Amino acid sequence: MTRPVLEVENLATHFFTREGVVKAVDGVSFSVGAGEVLGIVGESGSGKSVSGFSIMGLIDPPGKIVSGSIRLNGEEITARDEATMRKVRGKDLAMIFQDPMMTLNPVLRIDTQMIEAVLAHDNVSEQAARSRCIEALSMVGIPSPAERLVAYPHQFSGGMRQRVAIAIALLHRPKLIIADEPTTALDVTIQSQILAEVQKLCAETGTAMVWITHDLSVVAGLADRIAVMYAGRVVEEGPVERVLENPQHPYTNGLIGSVPSANPMGQRLRQIPGSTPSLGRLPPGCAFEPRCAFASDLCRQQRPAIGPDSGGARVACHHPLSRARAS
Amino acid sequence: MLAFIIRRVAQALFVVLAMVIIVFFGTYVVGDPVWMMVPGDATQDQIEQVRREFGFDKPVHVQFLLFVADVLQGEFGRSYVHGGSAIGLILDRMPATLELALVALIFAVVIGLPLGVFAGLKPDHPAARTIMAGSILGFSLPTFWVGLMLIMFFSVMLGWLPATGRGPTTTVLGIETSLLTLKGWQHIALPALNLALLKISLVIRLARSGTREASLQDYVKFARAKGLSPKRIVGVHILKNIMIPIVTVLGLEFGSLVAFSVVTETIFAWPGMGKLLLESIQRLDRPLIVAYVMVVVLLFVTINLIVDILYSALDPRVRLAGKNE
Repeated sequence: MTRPVLEVENLATHFFTREGVVKAVDGVSFSVGAGEVLGIVGESGSGKSVSGFSIMGLIDPPGKIVSGSIRLNGEEITARDEATMRKVRGKDLAMIFQDPMMTLNPVLRIDTQMIEAVLAHDNVSEQAARSRCIEALSMVGIPSPAERLVAYPHQFSGGMRQRVAIAIALLHRPKLIIADEPTTALDVTIQSQILAEVQKLCAETGTAMVWITHDLSVVAGLADRIAVMYAGRVVEEGPVERVLENPQHPYTNGLIGSVPSANPMGQRLRQIPGSTPSLGRLPPGCAFEPRCAFASDLCRQQRPAIGPDSGGARVACHHPLSRARAS
Repeated sequence: MLAFIIRRVAQALFVVLAMVIIVFFGTYVVGDPVWMMVPGDATQDQIEQVRREFGFDKPVHVQFLLFVADVLQGEFGRSYVHGGSAIGLILDRMPATLELALVALIFAVVIGLPLGVFAGLKPDHPAARTIMAGSILGFSLPTFWVGLMLIMFFSVMLGWLPATGRGPTTTVLGIETSLLTLKGWQHIALPALNLALLKISLVIRLARSGTREASLQDYVKFARAKGLSPKRIVGVHILKNIMIPIVTVLGLEFGSLVAFSVVTETIFAWPGMGKLLLESIQRLDRPLIVAYVMVVVLLFVTINLIVDILYSALDPRVRLAGKNE
């Protein structure tokens, strides 16, 4: 078996604020193989984005990776200093951000922003860098890329800007792309175009991908594997069919239940009662226990560890649903 | 771009016209200038004669049109005190003032910008806190007092720099300047620093808040994700964004540098038009005052025009707005 491109083990990223330590990510593990798409799902504040930024090494104080290991192609990158990390960023590791209106610098032309990304890692002439940018733009489906290259970001639509951002991410054919809700700010038709585009590019180039989203329907069509995060931890992780069709964790089940298309017409949407706990004050037991219909005394006292289940997935629950249903 | 410039020039001309009206009626209501022009023991006939000579006997609107005609020809009358053409006297002194203001502006950017960007990047660093405390002092201390302290310290106690005057000047392309000799720089250093102090503080504050705001933006994080060096991120991505407000404010402040130079020029005996104005006000030399006001108006209008054009060069979105209109 080939080694996964990215292995994250027991990652913990905490924010040391005046109000106390916020454990945004607390013991997260997952891995992504070449050409594989891992979808990380969870609601706001579940630690999805912080996980992504931790991998990129872009956690700023008061945040800090306190423990765990992140290996890219088997090499540990958490201990690297800023200068070494910079050589990896943008080259082996690329990131696409949520809001395409904000990721491109409004006062710099597209060519400036793309060529600098090429020159940051490769010692080539500006002319060569330019033709590589044109190539990347046409790869993501931007018409007449040579002319568009000398435009400013405000002359592009949101979808086009996101394509530019994806083109920048693809410039160095990275091993891994972290996509932090890249289609959330786009309308549905553009979203599906971009999804199809990204899927095709990943398959062609063998790039692994971590796709962070709160939209289950996006990962359903895109991801190979899925990791559900809740309150800074992965509560369920496994192949996408297994997790979506046969969720073991009550939280995953609740998420799927709250997707509009899963509900019968004319009925109220089923929602998960309560709200996400404050990350500064987590209960000693399972973080989901206060909102869980299946909670027991054990859940209140002991935090469930994540462990393998029968279907090739892992779940962190004392009372996984398959057993709860059986009993 | 051309349409943008033409529209701004037209707006500028309107401002100048409005100012001509204000200046004329402002001086008209101040009082009869004849009393300042004739000797105290003049007879009624002599007064009437002077009045006719200068056209003060004509109705207001005729006088106004004559005034406008004179202004259009660049004619503001003769100075009562110096006897020469008022505008000529002002223009003679203008290079010295502009030179002082320009050097002060350069000081403001060269000193203020790096300090402000540093304070913005590392807001909790002790040096950053010192810079910010210093900028509050720069804002609060009165110019004349700082000027006197500078003279006291650098000229009297240390004896490093001359306290007064402009020093030797050389003529380049018909403009007298003291910036080509070391001696000239020694003379200009103190007054320019004095004049610049307020602007340095202003630039520090603008650069700091701009940097703090910009460094939290997604485009900075994205630039880091691309693997760019901090030098490039700060020097290109952040700096180009924070320069927009700084250029705007500094452009407008250049006018106030010229205006503030009245105080600095007086303290350092700098032979500029600010010093001339103060002397003219003391002696009620009206043509000189009018000429000074008109020159300053023109200066402000021109500066605003240049700022607008620069602004559109810095921020592509301004250009687009002009195109769509």
